[in-house]
Amino acid sequence: MTIVEASKSGGMGKDLVVYLCLLALAGLQFAIAFQNIDTSQMLVRMLAVAIVEAGLAVLFFMHLWTEKRGFAMFVLVFTIFVLLAMQYGWTDSTRMVVGAPFAK
Amino acid sequence: MSQADSTLEGHATGLAVGPAFSIPTKKLAIWLFIIADTMTFAACLVAYGFLRNGSADWPRPFHNITNVALMTFILLTSSLTMLIGLRAARAGDKAVAFRWTMITAALGILFALLHVREWMGLIHEGMTLFKNPWGNGLFGAAFFSVTGLHLTHVTGGVIALLAVGVRYRAGRYNADDIEVLGLYWHFVDLVWMFVVPLVYLLNLAH
Repeated sequence: MTIVEASKSGGMGKDLVVYLCLLALAGLQFAIAFQNIDTSQMLVRMLAVAIVEAGLAVLFFMHLWTEKRGFAMFVLVFTIFVLLAMQYGWTDSTRMVVGAPFAK
Repeated sequence: MSQADSTLEGHATGLAVGPAFSIPTKKLAIWLFIIADTMTFAACLVAYGFLRNGSADWPRPFHNITNVALMTFILLTSSLTMLIGLRAARAGDKAVAFRWTMITAALGILFALLHVREWMGLIHEGMTLFKNPWGNGLFGAAFFSVTGLHLTHVTGGVIALLAVGVRYRAGRYNADDIEVLGLYWHFVDLVWMFVVPLVYLLNLAH
């Protein structure tokens, strides 16, 4: 980490703030678990919080924020693309529970 | 040496010295590992979700969230202690960096012990890989696979923390090595943020 990068990343205070935010968000996930809502709604809310948590951890704890922009873009675009590509099969999982045959 | 030779030599040297994305090779390597490992965990979690979504009687065996809340707190705190260690290493304070790296390892061990306690409790209640008293028998296989993969990463991380910490104190490793290890440790923490809601919180017994 260069001096410029170090100054951009801030001091220990910034790490502490991010840590407290992560604790609060983790607490929020636990609070959502006790809400009286559908499992699907609960899943969406919990995943949204988890994505924010992951974003904070990657940007500030893992210092992606201070890396070269080209590298940060490479990591984010490549990872997000593959993660999205994994979501194509969910309709089949629903078909399993209702016992419907696969499409001919 | 002709002008052409010196130009070629200079070009070749420039290619050899400049790392990809202008970041150190070790850091690039750990980032590539993290990206690959993200795919592994994502595949496991998607498979877990697929099974859960496709099952009408998915078990909800968790009555108490105290243990998993404590585990989450410990892992998040270990990320902070890792950062403190890295800052000390950057500042050249070897003793402090070593101490905080060891504290991080201790928190990792504590997390692993709580994890094993959680497993033992479920096994004691009758859960195995392919059967359990609550519902779909695949829950055990899915649960142990996802959490086991994470526990393996924590265990590997603890071993790496101990090894790198000791070698750093002995002067064989430097702050860059602590940073690379820190990236891995934060990644393990990050994965837990997805494991907790999917595997534990969505399966709370209401």
